[in-house]
Amino acid sequence: MTTLLKHTLIVMPALNEEESVAAVVDEVYSKLPGISVLVVDDGSTDRTAERARLAGATVISLPFNLGVGGAMRVGFKYALAHDFQNVVQVDSDGQHDPSGVAMLVDALDSADVVVGARFAGEGDYSVKGPRRWAMIVLATIISSLAATKLTDTTSGFRATGPRAVRLFAEHYPAEYLGDTIESLVIAARAGCTIRQLPVSMRPRAGGVPSHNPFKAAAYLGRAGMALMIALMRPRVPLATEVTSS
Amino acid sequence: MTIASYILGIAAAMLALGVVTEMLRRRRLRERHAIWWIIAGVLALVIGVFPQVLIWTAAAVGVEVPTNLVFFVSLFILFLVCIQQSAELTELEGKTRALAEYSALLANRVTQLETATHRADAGDTP
Ligand SMILES: Nc1nc2c(ncn2[C@@H]2O[C@H](COP(=O)(O)OP(=O)(O)OP(=O)(O)O)[C@@H](O)[C@H]2O)c(=O)[nH]1
Ligand SMILES: [Mg+2]
Repeated sequence: MTTLLKHTLIVMPALNEEESVAAVVDEVYSKLPGISVLVVDDGSTDRTAERARLAGATVISLPFNLGVGGAMRVGFKYALAHDFQNVVQVDSDGQHDPSGVAMLVDALDSADVVVGARFAGEGDYSVKGPRRWAMIVLATIISSLAATKLTDTTSGFRATGPRAVRLFAEHYPAEYLGDTIESLVIAARAGCTIRQLPVSMRPRAGGVPSHNPFKAAAYLGRAGMALMIALMRPRVPLATEVTSS
Repeated sequence: MTIASYILGIAAAMLALGVVTEMLRRRRLRERHAIWWIIAGVLALVIGVFPQVLIWTAAAVGVEVPTNLVFFVSLFILFLVCIQQSAELTELEGKTRALAEYSALLANRVTQLETATHRADAGDTP
């Protein structure tokens, strides 16, 4: 294991994923032996926490649902408190292939945030209709903001380097869609370097997807609004190396 | 309608929209709370700029005095906002209660652990 991975924390947000969480934790440990895994159980009503703990992960159970953004904030704070330098978000539904983690973390050498993009040629995950168009529009705007070509800004599969971990522990958005879109805007405007690497995405291993196909059209409007507000907000500066709050 | 009242209508709508936008920008207001105010502000702005829209809509839905339609829609929006806030308040109360329970249970566990370690230190554990 590279030293980089030793200082890396895998954070897995989980809401009612008892069917898949243990398998994902197992897979992470087998593909990245010795790595630390934190499952943030966000008020699940099933046995997600128990299954994850049995699989060997550290589990934080929130008393009620805070959303993916809120859960990730906890993950970033935990990483700071336990001296991890990098954080990699991996979904607990099995859609993110843990073999991509090492590649994302390696790319942190030259970037603060590395996004594993789903449509960059690898794998066979696809999204249709309004959600697809929304993704294209968002990608174009955020690409110009980040001064790099991004094609999948709503991917949750990302690695975060030390500077961005410190930024996100304080400023990670908890609003709907904020965890993906607004977080990139905040990072880009704070001066973080963002990169994208192609990853393959798999279908969910079990459980129910959180996106109802009927809500796909509303997604477009909300995503647009989330982006507009993110752009209007004052930029947050990167904390300097010395501060450790 | 005088030019003064025309301008007043537009200015009021712009002010409302401006305040909401600024609050959003400063994170004093969350998106989902702002949405009704934005809808109301945009409606008021449209009607302020094109008063004919109001007259046509009133005629279309059969309201004889167009301003009555304004009162109806405003009241309706206020009603929705009130309901939303009551719902949020209820939810927040629930969350506070959950937090209180959670921290009380944690405090209890800490006390038990402390007593256990004291006993262990004193050496009188079986
Ligand atoms: N902590 C937390 N995690 C959540 C919540 N909702 C979803 N998740 C987790 O976030 C991850 C992604 O959720 P998904 O429902 O798969 O969303 P998605 O991958 O964007 O969409 P799909 O294409 O439908 O899979 C999964 O690991 C979920 O368990 C939540 O409210 N809180
Ligand atoms: Mg998923």
